Amino acid sequence: MAGLELLSDQGYRVDGRRAGELRKIQARMGVFAQADGSAYIEQGNTALAVVYGPHEIRGSRARALPDRALVNCQYSSATFSTGERKRRPHGDRKSCEMGLQLRQTFEAAVLTQLHPRSQIDIYVQVLQADGGTYAACVNAATLAVLDAGIPMRDFVCACSAGFVDGTALADLSHVEEAAGGPQLALALLPSSGQIALLEMDARLHEDQLEQVLEAAAQAARDVHTLLDRVVRQHVQEASILLGD
Amino acid sequence: MAFVALSEAEKVYIVHGVQEDLRVDGRGCEDYRCVEVETDVVSNTSGSARVKLGHTDILVGVKAEMGTPKLEKPNEGYLEFFVDCSANATPEFEGRGGDDLGTEIANTLYRIFNNKSSVDLKSLCISPREHCWILYVDVLLLECGGNLFDAISIAVKAALFNTRIPRVRVLEDEEGLKDIELSDDPYDCIQLSVENVPCIVTLCKIGYRHVVDATLQEEACSLASLLVSVTSKGVVTCMRKVGKGSLDPESVFEMMETSKRVGKLLHTSLQSVLHKEESLGPKRQKVGFLG
Repeated sequence: MAGLELLSDQGYRVDGRRAGELRKIQARMGVFAQADGSAYIEQGNTALAVVYGPHEIRGSRARALPDRALVNCQYSSATFSTGERKRRPHGDRKSCEMGLQLRQTFEAAVLTQLHPRSQIDIYVQVLQADGGTYAACVNAATLAVLDAGIPMRDFVCACSAGFVDGTALADLSHVEEAAGGPQLALALLPSSGQIALLEMDARLHEDQLEQVLEAAAQAARDVHTLLDRVVRQHVQEASILLGD
Repeated sequence: MAFVALSEAEKVYIVHGVQEDLRVDGRGCEDYRCVEVETDVVSNTSGSARVKLGHTDILVGVKAEMGTPKLEKPNEGYLEFFVDCSANATPEFEGRGGDDLGTEIANTLYRIFNNKSSVDLKSLCISPREHCWILYVDVLLLECGGNLFDAISIAVKAALFNTRIPRVRVLEDEEGLKDIELSDDPYDCIQLSVENVPCIVTLCKIGYRHVVDATLQEEACSLASLLVSVTSKGVVTCMRKVGKGSLDPESVFEMMETSKRVGKLLHTSLQSVLHKEESLGPKRQKVGFLG
């Protein structure tokens, strides 16, 4: 795509957003009745997260940890999620890597000491991929874990960030990711400001790192405000149904 | 299939109820649960549909890609089916656990479409022996609440109804080289006719009677089922018996008659709903999973 400006002179990106602006987020908890917890999020991408657990360890009992729960994550993206059709929804290297990253993120946030010798399964399904899928998956999984009633230290909010023309961009879309600039994925625990996962690709000068990190952190905090609102609304609806 | 634990007392309750034409949720033996259908839910596809049948949730995406026709049918395009049983439905489908069920459903879909009249494959041909449209129909099983085959076939029919294939022209220049030109107007598309696309009706034999649209609990009580694929005119395109038990020939004929009757009703309601949704136009409010 020759001549495609990622950031115009007036400060607008390809889809009309400003540098630090997020895409519109719509989310819903409790999408599926049969799972212990489930959530759906639209943030450019569309992702579904489902949580089963805590339950007994499936497969070999030898994997059971005596002092905490095992967190098991699978990332799967539908064959029709990308512009070009994918052959296998999961099992390829990228999906396995994403699964491991999600596992690392949630092991930092979930209070696993409360459920020793058990397993918590988090399954994420991406229905439409449009850049920043890791962030959408983490946000959906946070809502699903909350819907399942599994205690967590804090929300886990994630966002991606990039760097173009001296400006840090938050929440990259597919076009901006494909352009090949530096990309940062950040998962944050907003109340304490602790970082659960930080990953950066491509070259970035260390002087610019703080600016990009701050853009991602601010975007993650904005995501936290939205997710908090979604959770409160869900709890309010549930309590109305219960007749409180 | 997802595992549900039933006690003997619960099984007896279900079986006795069915003999009296009264199922656990109050339906008769030939009644379907409430079906929700919505098309055009995924934007990256040529056509998509989501079907919610009780606790069964299916998402189908159709992508049209250009390719070479098969050698034995040079004037036709073709359909490729892929079924993904996602781990969302049950943890047993994690990793490769859902592959067996997925392959079984995909093979059934190939068989029900394996006839000349279901889909007009000649309309998918661009230039014989060289280019044709291949429709990749991808089924995603999100939640399993019994009666998977019916829900999947309804979703496939709705997604094919929603599929819009761009119109292309083949231009030939002086040297005989062919060039494919895509129309400039993004709304200039061909639509497939789904008049003869079949739907599957699954009949589960419980005791001496058979039920349509069984829930997971009812499936656990039935020993044998008959899958019949019926078109809107009542023509049977495929029939298969599944399950560990056996069926006697008279039951098979009775079940086939029921399936034709139920299938015709299913088709008429599905067609009317799809046409009603289409008449709302592109400005309709999309609900998807948020509703």
